[in-house]
Amino acid sequence: MRANYGYTDGSGEWYITIDTNKCDGCRKCEEVCPEGCFAIEVDDYDDEVAMITEVQRKKIKYSCGPCKPVGEEHVEPCHEACPHGAIEHSW
Amino acid sequence: MAEEERPEYWRWPESRWTNPDVDWKAGDIITAGVDVGSVSSQAAIMVDGQLFAYSNMRTGSNSPDSATNAMDWALKDTGMTLDDIHYVVGTGYGRVNVPFSNRAITEIACHARGGNFMYGPTVRTILDMGGQDCKAIRCDERGKVDEFLMNDKCAAGTGRGMEVFADLLSVPIQDVGDMSLDVEEEPEPVSSTCVVFAKTEATGLLREGWPKEKVLAAYCSAMAHRVVTLLERLGVEEDFAITGGIAKNKGVVSRLEAELGITTLEPRYDTQIAGAVGAALFAEALVKKQRKQAGG
Ligand code: SF4
Ligand code: SF4
Repeated sequence: MRANYGYTDGSGEWYITIDTNKCDGCRKCEEVCPEGCFAIEVDDYDDEVAMITEVQRKKIKYSCGPCKPVGEEHVEPCHEACPHGAIEHSW
Repeated sequence: MAEEERPEYWRWPESRWTNPDVDWKAGDIITAGVDVGSVSSQAAIMVDGQLFAYSNMRTGSNSPDSATNAMDWALKDTGMTLDDIHYVVGTGYGRVNVPFSNRAITEIACHARGGNFMYGPTVRTILDMGGQDCKAIRCDERGKVDEFLMNDKCAAGTGRGMEVFADLLSVPIQDVGDMSLDVEEEPEPVSSTCVVFAKTEATGLLREGWPKEKVLAAYCSAMAHRVVTLLERLGVEEDFAITGGIAKNKGVVSRLEAELGITTLEPRYDTQIAGAVGAALFAEALVKKQRKQAGG
């Protein structure tokens, strides 16, 4: 399942996507995200996968938003950490 | 008191239904789903995969009571009690506060599964227009979610926003859709997607002398446009269906269809019960799984 969690700010509408088919629940994203956006939980189909918790969903504009890369160099910690390329951003 | 004399334009009709063709006493697996949303709560009871009864009512000030009230109303006069139900799944924003539920499942998964039951297995895209937010969901032929999209947008494209507008314009909420289509020319949509700003904008338009129909048209069209962007990002694969309360509003639905160039499947059930039906179906699958495991 591709789960897209979005927010809107002055620069547009942005989404963070977790592909739970690729995710094996290794928790690396949870460990590296400085804002604690991820939680590894059992989903509705009984798979243990990464998700953005309900509490986090409401504030990703303020938590995840500032992590948006501005220069060429910056790579999002979660993208770098995920061994399966399960995390993407629409920006 | 003067306040009590003003009609409650926002108040939408609550409903309940029992299937006369189902003899629940002969049933093998009886399950229920309870969907406690921010605006409305539903309970659906399934007997061996057939919809037996449902209720749809306003959510009260506390989630556990709303869950209990919805359940009691669905059970009313059926002779069935909560003890006869083998498994209950709670869903919706108040899903963890359903006192008698055995498990909580997200409304996204439940709307997909309920939509699959209510509209048939050809449904690929479901738009859930709920009381407080909208979600675009793509599912497979079994109603399992392949992809979903949600965002943090506030209440304009939702049931709550519609209630506020019905009240502001003194138009019964059931009439909003039809009235909004009673315009000669389609006005510009209101520009705000936030219900507070949209309200201010609408008040301004009324003061300028716009008829109510035109203001409602501008509002319904803004609501439709707001979800079109969500759907376009997901990509609409047909068949397409809408669940939730706004699915009953022709003013929003027809504008959405026009903008996307697609048709929406005709609902055969109350569109607000999709989450509860999906929850009851999950419950049924969980009972079967339990029995299989117990049987060895
Ligand atoms: S982009 Fe940054 S803040 Fe956002 S989820 Fe990844 S690590 Fe966390
Ligand atoms: S790092 Fe990637 S694979 Fe590991 S839990 Fe996070 S999303 Fe899943």
